[in-house]
Amino acid sequence: MTVFVLRRLAQTLLVLFVTSVLVFGGLYLVGDPVEILVNPTADQIEKDRARVALGLDKPVLEQYWLFLKGASSGNLGNSFVHARPALEVIFERMPATLELAVLAMLIAVALGIPLGLYAGLRPDSFGARAIMSGSILGFSLPTFWVGLMLILVFAVTLGWLPSTGRGPTREFLGMQLSILSWDGLRYALLPAVNLALLKLSLITRLTRAQVREQSLLDYIRFARAKGLPERRVIGVHLLKNILIPLVTVIGLALGSVIAYAIVTETIFAWPGMGKLVIDSIFLLDRPVVVAYLLVVVFMFILINLVVDLLYSVLDPRVRVAQARR
Amino acid sequence: MSVAASRVRTPVESPLRRFWSQFSESRIALAGLAMLVFVVAAALFAPWLAPQNPYDLASLDLLDSRLAPGERGMSGGSYLLGTDGQGRDMLSAILYGLRVSLYVGVASGALALAIGSLAGVLAAYLGGRFEQLVMRIVDIQLGFPAILVALILLAVLGTGVDKIIIALVTVQWAYYARTARSAALVERNKEYIEAARALGLSAPRIVLRHLLPNALPPLIVVGTVQVAHAIALEATLSFLGLGLPATEPSLGLLIATGYEYLLSGKYWISVFPGVALLLLILSINLVGDQLRDVLNPRLSR
Repeated sequence: MTVFVLRRLAQTLLVLFVTSVLVFGGLYLVGDPVEILVNPTADQIEKDRARVALGLDKPVLEQYWLFLKGASSGNLGNSFVHARPALEVIFERMPATLELAVLAMLIAVALGIPLGLYAGLRPDSFGARAIMSGSILGFSLPTFWVGLMLILVFAVTLGWLPSTGRGPTREFLGMQLSILSWDGLRYALLPAVNLALLKLSLITRLTRAQVREQSLLDYIRFARAKGLPERRVIGVHLLKNILIPLVTVIGLALGSVIAYAIVTETIFAWPGMGKLVIDSIFLLDRPVVVAYLLVVVFMFILINLVVDLLYSVLDPRVRVAQARR
Repeated sequence: MSVAASRVRTPVESPLRRFWSQFSESRIALAGLAMLVFVVAAALFAPWLAPQNPYDLASLDLLDSRLAPGERGMSGGSYLLGTDGQGRDMLSAILYGLRVSLYVGVASGALALAIGSLAGVLAAYLGGRFEQLVMRIVDIQLGFPAILVALILLAVLGTGVDKIIIALVTVQWAYYARTARSAALVERNKEYIEAARALGLSAPRIVLRHLLPNALPPLIVVGTVQVAHAIALEATLSFLGLGLPATEPSLGLLIATGYEYLLSGKYWISVFPGVALLLLILSINLVGDQLRDVLNPRLSR
């Protein structure tokens, strides 16, 4: 187990290094940040001074070397725009993105598993067919367009919920969260639903497929033959077994929700990491883009690791296979 | 009764006919197919169907900007789906936008299919180092959400139809490679490949003429899903301002320009292009869903 985790951490460092080389190299080929950052009326001398101050006068390889040196002590460079450490800017925005992602996944799981269970247990009923057709609609709907439609219906036409921005926040464990009060939650509701829709369809379809596959297996027939009540057969025996693939998918979905928050945050003007990175791409704020990617890549690897570990907790067969290795 | 007569009464079922009879079992899939044919035809014949050329700035009249659907413009004509902020007829813009979306989706899908399936089939056929290298790259790439990879590529490459196709191919080839490899691994050990080897056929001939065609059904299923994905992703990237240039608006860009008018209740600039996009993606997914059921031998009764 420890060897497994250690090997994965070594791989993580390698992936982070390769990502940093690719992104650093790629971004340093495009545009001139100085032209964007400096006052348009600035003369050549002022531009040169800015270039030196940002360290952009040095050759690319030297810039990358300095970046690596800083990175080894936890400093990923200063943001050109905010003139503060890029990591600090990102960590400031992270709670906003995380609360949105977690809220979206809660919605998707809380609705998706029951819907999928129903569609899987009564595959020929009208309700099941409606759910399946609805799920195809769900993953065909372009996320960004749904976001606009949610604003149009619930904010502009009905006026029930605020259209954009983040509501009042409360401090919790050192993080500023808005989902702790109704006033804050109102702002988070539309973006979270927007982000949840795609994953809701995915989880519904996966649950249904698993239920249909598993309910044909002997252990379910045996449980029924034993005369166990249907609630126990489904609630304990079936649910336990379909949970294993579901955990994997939910874990990976959490990662992709964090990435797709870029779109949702842009639409709802939600001040999270995604909005920050889009703004930084347009402002050529390279340190923030590089730092964002490294942070997100690290989060993905971490989520994948947790999923793999959970797998062995949930499924004794995996545990045995690992012990034998 | 003669033998010949009974033969006439039970015609030999060709694979294509069997495929069609299985496909048409689902009424929803048939509706999807009809919708797809309709949308594709609308996109193909856009220059003849559209009342206006939305790319020709000379034909746009700023006085006619932001007209509601059906409202009569200063130049006398009325606009079925309204106009955008530059006086562009929305119906024409949507028809031309569909063309761009479809072209980008199909072109990137076809390229990714070619590159990915060749890499996958070769990996299965050659094995060893090459297989390890390809599959490791595939694994790493599939670990990251497509939008992130595409976003970075476009940030580096800039905007343009060719650039977005490059980005989409880069994102998608891995899905085809993985599918092609697993299909080819199954086929590789079958007798006909052994026979082809025994006949002394060259490796390229075995891979291209024998292995690849037999690994095709799962690739077709992945292909439909991926084309739908590519169209949605292109629209999303264009919406974020990282896809196609504003001079040739795709559906995503049309929706983005409508965003600024949405809060003041001018809904049509964002709503109608979105409906067109939804119809396109939905019809591909409906067809793809049924294709998967028909082409998947595991589920066939």
